Parts: sequence; C-alpha cells; structure tokens
Amino acid sequence: MTTSIKQLPDIEQVLSGNGACGGCPATMALRIVGKALGSNAIMLLTPSCSVASMGMTPKLGYNWPAINICFATAGSSGSGIAHALEIMQEKGRLQGEPPTVFCWVGDGGTYDIGFQALSAAAERNDNMIFFCYNNEAYSNTGVQRSGATPRGSFTTTTPAGKRQPKKNMALLMLEHNIPYVATATVAYPGDLYDKVVKAKSIPGLKYIEILAPCYLGWQFDMPETVQMSRMAVRSGAWLLWEADNGKISFNNPSSLIISGKKDAAPVDEYLMKQGRFKRLLKGPDADQRIAEIQGDIDREIAFMRERAKITF
Amino acid sequence: MKSVTKAYRPISWPTKGAGGDTGSWRTHRPVVDIRICTKCQFCWVYCPEAVIDRHEITIDYRYCKGCGVCALECPTGAITMEKEE
Repeated sequence: MTTSIKQLPDIEQVLSGNGACGGCPATMALRIVGKALGSNAIMLLTPSCSVASMGMTPKLGYNWPAINICFATAGSSGSGIAHALEIMQEKGRLQGEPPTVFCWVGDGGTYDIGFQALSAAAERNDNMIFFCYNNEAYSNTGVQRSGATPRGSFTTTTPAGKRQPKKNMALLMLEHNIPYVATATVAYPGDLYDKVVKAKSIPGLKYIEILAPCYLGWQFDMPETVQMSRMAVRSGAWLLWEADNGKISFNNPSSLIISGKKDAAPVDEYLMKQGRFKRLLKGPDADQRIAEIQGDIDREIAFMRERAKITF
Repeated sequence: MKSVTKAYRPISWPTKGAGGDTGSWRTHRPVVDIRICTKCQFCWVYCPEAVIDRHEITIDYRYCKGCGVCALECPTGAITMEKEE
C-alpha cells in the first residue's frame, strides 16, 4: 500500500527561498526524498541545477551537510565517505545511528560523465543511495544533448532532433547486481517516498532514478511540471518499477500497462505538449517521427515485461 | 584549534532565503479560497518551494516564486493565480 499524501512526515529538508526556478522538479523531488531520509544524512552534489539552486555562500538552501564534488566523481566520493563512516564506527568515534550517504546527481552526471565512478561503486556495493534526477538533457548549461535525451527531441546540440534512442540506465544498474534499483517520478510522491524509505533500510548501493520534467528544457508552461510527469507515466514513456535483489515488480499505474489491463495512452498528446518535440513535428515527416518515438516506447515496454519474468 | 566565528569560515549554513527574497520573481500570486478548499494537501506536497502550510493552507509570499503548480494541481480549483500589482 502506497503512503498517502496525508501520511507524509512534516520534516522539510529543502528550505524556502532557494535559487531554483519556479516549478523546479528537482527541488520538488528532493523535498519528498528529505521527508524519507530525515536530517541524519550526508549529501553529495556534482555540478547540476541543484548546486546552482543551493544559494550563495553564507547561506545554504538544503538542511543537510552538502558537499560539492567534481562532475565525474559522485560514485567514488560516496564510496570514500561510506568507508570513512565505517572506520569511524569501528574506532568508536561515531556514536549512534550512522548517517545515510546519498548522491544527488543529474542525468549528465549519471548517464555520461559519472558512469564510470558509479559503475565501480556499484561493483564494490558500497553503502550509499545514488539518486539520479533525470531531466533528459544538460539543462543547467542551457539544454544540451545527454545520454538520457529521447529520440526526436530538440536540444541546442541536436537542432534537428536526436537520432538515437535513450539508454535504460536503471536496467544497466540492475545488471550490476546491486540490492535495490527503483524508478520514480514527481507526480507520485507517495511511491517515491516508499522507495526511498525502503532503500534507506537496505545495506549496499541503492540506485533510484527520478524523472524530473524541466519546463525550460522540455519547453512547456511552468505550472505543468507535475502534469507532464503524470503524462509520461500514462503514455508509457516512463515506467515505474523497483527491483529488490534482482526481482522486478512494477508499481501503479505502470503495472496496469505492463500487465495489459490498461492500454498506454497514445504518445501524441504527451509529445505535442512539449516544445522540444512539437517544433520538429510540423513537417510532412511528422507521422514517421511520432511512429519512431512510439516504437521506442513499445520496445521498452515489451522488453521490461519479459525482463521482469526472469528471476534467480 | 583557533576558534573562528561562523562568518569567517568558508562554509554555508542552512538558512531560509539562500537565493534572496525569491517572492520578487513572481508575476502571478496564488490566492487560496479557503471556503472551497478540502485540505487534501496536494498543493503542499507538490510545492517545489515548501512555502505552503500543510494544515492552514496559507502561503509564504516572501519566498513563493509563483510557478502555479499548486493552482493547476488543486482538484477543487480553490487556488487561483492573480496578476501581481
């Protein structure tokens, strides 16, 4: 049973008046993560919007010890801190419950630049939670293409639309044999909260990916952040699932799409709300482009449906 | 160790308003009609800025950026966006 909104705790770890844009999905998700993790945690941030939005030096917008690290080092820095905490506990210099170490990294720092360090940390199975908030582009530097950008999407480095599909990073992390992998999005806060609470209780490396529709990068209206996130799930462009020790289970409403009880909404409506797709879907080849994007989504759904049947 | 005051350390401290008084960014202000409000707390949970009080449904206009997520997500339409004077 998913935690309802009224059951979420009162604790606020993202403080009002930080430097994020209005309607930012990253702070929206981080608030829910903060409710689940509590104040006893150490936050690691690679260059991303979340670093820019934490504010100017004498003030900090997040209520955690937050460390800014190099772009490629989220995994290795997290490992270092996790190991140091273990040693401090052994020597008796750290009393009580040890803090949760977590990385709060964008999709560039996970899919492309930080992949090597993350892969190595996953192989070592170090005790931390790795969050990827995925806005499907390098939005902080002005919307460039990343490994998470879907096919047919406009970015400043793919002005005619990206030609390659995105990679399934959560599945790649699952194949590292880590104890917990999950995907979530901002429109389902109870689902996200449960996943973070579960990840906190498991030792080892936990990977949680959060779809964060960025209104600047995706080019939709500012208030529609949550709606866009909901439409991504309903159209099947984003699947909500979790894998506990390699066993995949889907969460509502993605489980209905996977089991065939409910058809995924056609992708057209989701695409036409976003300027990044819409501006490229005006020519005579629009139908073919939409069919390509729909094909990617259908392939992903079919693949994940079969992958979930494999357990060991 | 030599004691130094907070001001001289190269460390930031958690404080509200790290990005300044962000309420000045606003072009439209959300106004809650408390008579229609059912206290479902959707606005509170989706607010990226944590400016909405969960029980009273009041908004801290000093930091509200006026993104309008609360007004769009409100199931009863109790929140309207009014143009800032």
